[in-house]
Amino acid sequence: MPESSELRMVVCIKQVPKAEQLKIDPVKKTLVREGVESEINPSDLHALEMALQLKDKHGGSLLALSMGPPRFIQALETAIGMGADEGILLSDRALGGSDTLPTSHALSKAVEHLGDFDIIFCGEETTDSSTGHVGPGMAANLDLPQLTYVVEVEVRDGHVRAKRAVEDGFEVWETTLPLVITVNHGCNHPREPTLLGKIKARTIGIIDDVNADDVGLDKEKIGLSGSPTVVDKIETVELPDRSGRIYSGEAREAVTKLLDDLEAEGII
Amino acid sequence: MDRFDVIVIGAGPAGSSAAYSLAKEGFSVLLIERGKFPGSKNVFGGRIYTYPLKRLFPEDWREAPIERYVVQENISMLSGDTAVTVQYDSLRTGSSRVNSFTAIRLKFDKWLAKRAGEVGAMVITGTRVDDLLVSNGTVFGVRAGGDEVKANVIIAADGVASIFAQKAGIRPELIPKEISVGVKETIKLTKKRIEDRFNVGEKEGVANAYIGQVTNFLRGGGFLYTNKDSVSLGVVVQSEDLSSHRTEIQELMERFKLHPSIQKYIEGGKVVEYSAHMIPELGTRMIPRPYANGFLAVGDAAGFVLSHGYTYRGVDLAILSGMAAAETVKAARAVNDYSAGSLSRYLHDLRSHGVLSELEEFGRTPSFLGNPRIYSAYPQLLCGILNRMYTVDGGKKEKMFHIAKEEMKGKISLMQLMKDLLGGTRSM
Repeated sequence: MPESSELRMVVCIKQVPKAEQLKIDPVKKTLVREGVESEINPSDLHALEMALQLKDKHGGSLLALSMGPPRFIQALETAIGMGADEGILLSDRALGGSDTLPTSHALSKAVEHLGDFDIIFCGEETTDSSTGHVGPGMAANLDLPQLTYVVEVEVRDGHVRAKRAVEDGFEVWETTLPLVITVNHGCNHPREPTLLGKIKARTIGIIDDVNADDVGLDKEKIGLSGSPTVVDKIETVELPDRSGRIYSGEAREAVTKLLDDLEAEGII
Repeated sequence: MDRFDVIVIGAGPAGSSAAYSLAKEGFSVLLIERGKFPGSKNVFGGRIYTYPLKRLFPEDWREAPIERYVVQENISMLSGDTAVTVQYDSLRTGSSRVNSFTAIRLKFDKWLAKRAGEVGAMVITGTRVDDLLVSNGTVFGVRAGGDEVKANVIIAADGVASIFAQKAGIRPELIPKEISVGVKETIKLTKKRIEDRFNVGEKEGVANAYIGQVTNFLRGGGFLYTNKDSVSLGVVVQSEDLSSHRTEIQELMERFKLHPSIQKYIEGGKVVEYSAHMIPELGTRMIPRPYANGFLAVGDAAGFVLSHGYTYRGVDLAILSGMAAAETVKAARAVNDYSAGSLSRYLHDLRSHGVLSELEEFGRTPSFLGNPRIYSAYPQLLCGILNRMYTVDGGKKEKMFHIAKEEMKGKISLMQLMKDLLGGTRSM
């Protein structure tokens, strides 16, 4: 619990290939990441927005942390453009090929290296692998309480009250700071980066020279050798061709005609 | 940081050239682009003349994303299924005097903005400037969303429909008469097909212009440029003619693609990009005073476009005007005076960079090119005459003069022909 009500927060973000451009390498069975447009993982943006709203209300600091190749700088610049104070990129060739186990390990170590935080935010999961492992993994590594799939959060007197989405509704939980929160997709409207924010990102730059040694990573525990996951097989689902018929004209007639056709073809 | 020496709005060729030239001289420059990246909004154009690029990057202009050097120019007059073509073979690629090249604007603009960034300009993308900050008739900054950023000079490089030149009060709103509408498709072929079909070498390409049937005889024309493994094909038509003839430009484009002269080039190709754009009509529409207190306009935003009918120039004048604006700002800084009076030396700098002299010299061309007969009667006449000359079907052959006289009937009088010829030669 900090002296004042100001919150020290970190948001873990990842740059992922745009969902609509996802392609899988048929031989390596991994995602094609080169030559496709990328974006900040959508639920990470919701996490950023949730943290920024807390910062707007309580003051304090917000770091954006990412792990990946130098091109991830772009995502961190966007985070500063939106209002984060600093962007830090953990980048090391030795981290290449890491699955969720070494990723959680590396990010936890990086967080410890960066200082004490009240809240560590993550998105619920990434669109490029959809495991949802990393946030909870970090909570376990750092021995912190965790609240997952959070849609609303409130901080008062060192306590956190959060609403989380579950299968058939919502649950409200309360716990103490510090903690890990993973943020549910679609729970808020992430703000656009502002002009002054973008100028700030360029002016202060991204701290991009943090490597595995700096945060004290054991090389055996990271990268491909530290990753127990083996992708055995990947199957892609081929969608059937659409018939491409367009029913135009008066709405009533067009719909009637459509229904007739659907019936005639035994679909309904 | 909410203050810069200069803010440039728009990272097209004009804006990036200005930003590059100023940043290189140690100015703090903010270059703001609305698109997701420079070039994402600037899909038009295809051929770029080399000389301004050589001036801007004397050492390494060849590092620009050049698709192919233009070694052959063709002008075709189309009528029905026939075409009369004048072919000009220019210098080969090896020559340092190569005159123009084809480029994909997406890549070219990105490269140019990157160069500006490399010498210290701050390039910000994905931000739309909403307004100018103006006080007592002096422009002193920009507003984007809730943010305000100030500068000594704002350079508007926001293209043909420049709202900032209007906001600065130096340009009236565009009227349809002043713009042409263009559509362009990029049609993907293969490198080998391009080289076989156009009979060119590895880095060589062609620039073709078409008039007549392509616009359905309205004022305007078509173009075809060869890229590495694609062609850029497009139609440009005077917007006034489009509306008065109730013609859809997309329809013209579709028919143009089916013309045998074009079909043979693009057969088996795949359309990978489609774009539409406004083009400021002809050089004389240039803003007479492209400056105000704390404000300059460059490139299309200032109307620096020149169409001779057989060549179409915008990017080269854009680059030169960007360089000229940089000179002007440099001189203004020396006397610490950014008023309109001080910035009026922009006209002088435009002249010494060859922008104004070209626009003034060819000032007469537009009125000649406004002559509808260039786009209708003449292509029909020429195709008709040659068609009859070269059709040998066993019937009686007529003399050339007789054929010409017959073909002219109902299309054009001898007097008109003489007058147009004279006018055309004088204006070019």
